[in-house]
Amino acid sequence: MLLEIRLFATFRHRRFKTKQMELPVGFLLGNLLKKLDISIKNVGILLVNGKHSDKETRLIDGDVVAIFPVVGGG
Amino acid sequence: MSGYSGTILRVNLSTSEIKKEELDSKLALKYVGGRGLGTYFIAKEVDPKADALSGANKLIFATGPLTGSKAPTGGRYMVVTKSPLSGTIASSNSGGFFGAELKKAGYDLIIFEGKSEKPCYLSIKDDQVELRDASACWGKKVSQATDLLTEASGDPKSRVAVIGPAGEKLSLIASIMNEKYRAAGRSGVGAVMGSKNLKAVVVRGTGSVESADEEKTKTVIKDILAKIKENPVTSTGLPTYGTAVLVNVINETGIYPTKNFQEAYTPSADQVSGETLAEKYLVKKTACFRCPIACGRRCQIDGVEGEGPEYETLWAYSADCGVYDLPSVIKANNLCNEYGLDTISAGATIACAMELVEKGHIKDDELDGTPLEFGSSEAIIEWTRKMGEGEGLGAKMAQGSYRFAESYGAAELSMSVKKLELPAYDPRGVQGYGLNCATTNRGGCHVRGYLISPEILSLPEGIDRNSIEGKSAWVKAFQDLTGVIDSLGMCLFTSFAIGADEYTSIFNAIVGQDWTTEKLMQAGDRIWNIERQFNLAAGIDPDQDKLPKRILEEAIPEGPSKGQASKLGEILGQYYADRGWTEAGIPTPEKLAELELA
Repeated sequence: MLLEIRLFATFRHRRFKTKQMELPVGFLLGNLLKKLDISIKNVGILLVNGKHSDKETRLIDGDVVAIFPVVGGG
Repeated sequence: MSGYSGTILRVNLSTSEIKKEELDSKLALKYVGGRGLGTYFIAKEVDPKADALSGANKLIFATGPLTGSKAPTGGRYMVVTKSPLSGTIASSNSGGFFGAELKKAGYDLIIFEGKSEKPCYLSIKDDQVELRDASACWGKKVSQATDLLTEASGDPKSRVAVIGPAGEKLSLIASIMNEKYRAAGRSGVGAVMGSKNLKAVVVRGTGSVESADEEKTKTVIKDILAKIKENPVTSTGLPTYGTAVLVNVINETGIYPTKNFQEAYTPSADQVSGETLAEKYLVKKTACFRCPIACGRRCQIDGVEGEGPEYETLWAYSADCGVYDLPSVIKANNLCNEYGLDTISAGATIACAMELVEKGHIKDDELDGTPLEFGSSEAIIEWTRKMGEGEGLGAKMAQGSYRFAESYGAAELSMSVKKLELPAYDPRGVQGYGLNCATTNRGGCHVRGYLISPEILSLPEGIDRNSIEGKSAWVKAFQDLTGVIDSLGMCLFTSFAIGADEYTSIFNAIVGQDWTTEKLMQAGDRIWNIERQFNLAAGIDPDQDKLPKRILEEAIPEGPSKGQASKLGEILGQYYADRGWTEAGIPTPEKLAELELA
């Protein structure tokens, strides 16, 4: 399946902004983080198609995954 | 009593009489300080139905007991008055160094009364206080006026809070600016200052704010600083990207209002994001008084340095206007700071005007050849300038989006609550935040109960943004705690790292009390209710606890939050009940008695 991965803020350092990735259907979001070398404890917001998700979420073809560190503002 | 200076400065601008009054310590504790204490004096001394731009209104600069103290971020002050924009109570918060300087000069509050015949400013050097002629700086923009007044004070360490041309011309979205870039931005407080012919307050204070228990204060501060350092938001997120880091977060969740809230997602957000700002335009980060966070952004464009844009500004001038050209957004932000305009209301009013053009309400011959369509970089710069100068149609826009849209018979196109423009989140996709916006005492405002924190940022814990379950209790707790923080004189951003217990500890150590957290939170509840009582007496009825028609009646059309609609009608009654109000939204006599407001 083909996914679009979007990284933000400090997660872009030495990685990328946006990338298409080919992964097996049902791939776990937690395993995607490992593949990207992002520690779950540094993750603030995990979105799949704009919906808050967690490391147990299974991904499907066409999903857009957005990964943010812990951030705030206002 | 430590923390407080114990003195109120009362300045009658009609008679030029300046009096120093003793602050009643029981009263100070009852309302904490800052926003709470300022509201008490407005509610007591100003007829809620008074014309906000008349001499009958008063303008209060209020510090809190922690302003100017050793408390981390303890530099905040509040401008409290009746708002000429919304007709509600207004309390507009600012950072920088002005508040701390005022406190070190020995004053908890300045209460301005009446109206000066000629432009004047107040000069304070510790106990020397005098009104001076402001004719040399009247008409000048913020940075030039600040420089002139600093020079005239003879002390480069003086701090200056000033209005720009927008405040002088009584723009209802005018701000008060201190140290050139920090704004008491919202609710048109700058117009109240302008209506009094008061250009500025210049202050130099050489005293200090003592703690009741120095040892305890040290221990509490050490704990708070450690928590700020450990917390990823206050230690990394805000210092690295400033508030602008939210652009991508809010857009990716599909609640980023675009084209005057017609849409809620844009594929172009990264062009105007905090990441891009940091990469291309950031010169350095800046910090306010005793702030370990340093979220301020000093940016440079075409050789001109300025501060910001903050997240809300970036949104108002980019997505809301459909403009994804960061240099133009930075220039528009700089213009707002120079003219003394609230960046949220100014950008949102231009966005509203763009929709009025799109829908055919504004005719070409009204525009003097200046473009006013969504996506125009020229429009956001030129219409900001025209609003600041009060030129042509810009003069009408400078009265805010509600009055502007209403003049075309299309008030529903103003994305405002109680006539104050909504900030940068679509309430349809965040139910608790929507409830907060509908019920805030100053109108469409995010910093009275920032539910975006749990609903979107998962801080301090994540809650389902689309659910209404338990949301009214969350909103009440956030609103009450915010009332406390605003009254203490600390920055709201500390609340990412610390909670009500830590605010109680620092208050107790510095002021010398042994309050429980419940007692501090009850003070927040009291502040909320006295504001509500003022609004009700001013004729702001509970039927104003609502959101714009588009938000209430239409679902989000596209993007990640497609189909989400406001559930305000299902949750408002529960909120009134949680507040101890009647079903009609009126505080009950029992509630007022419990809060000692009867």
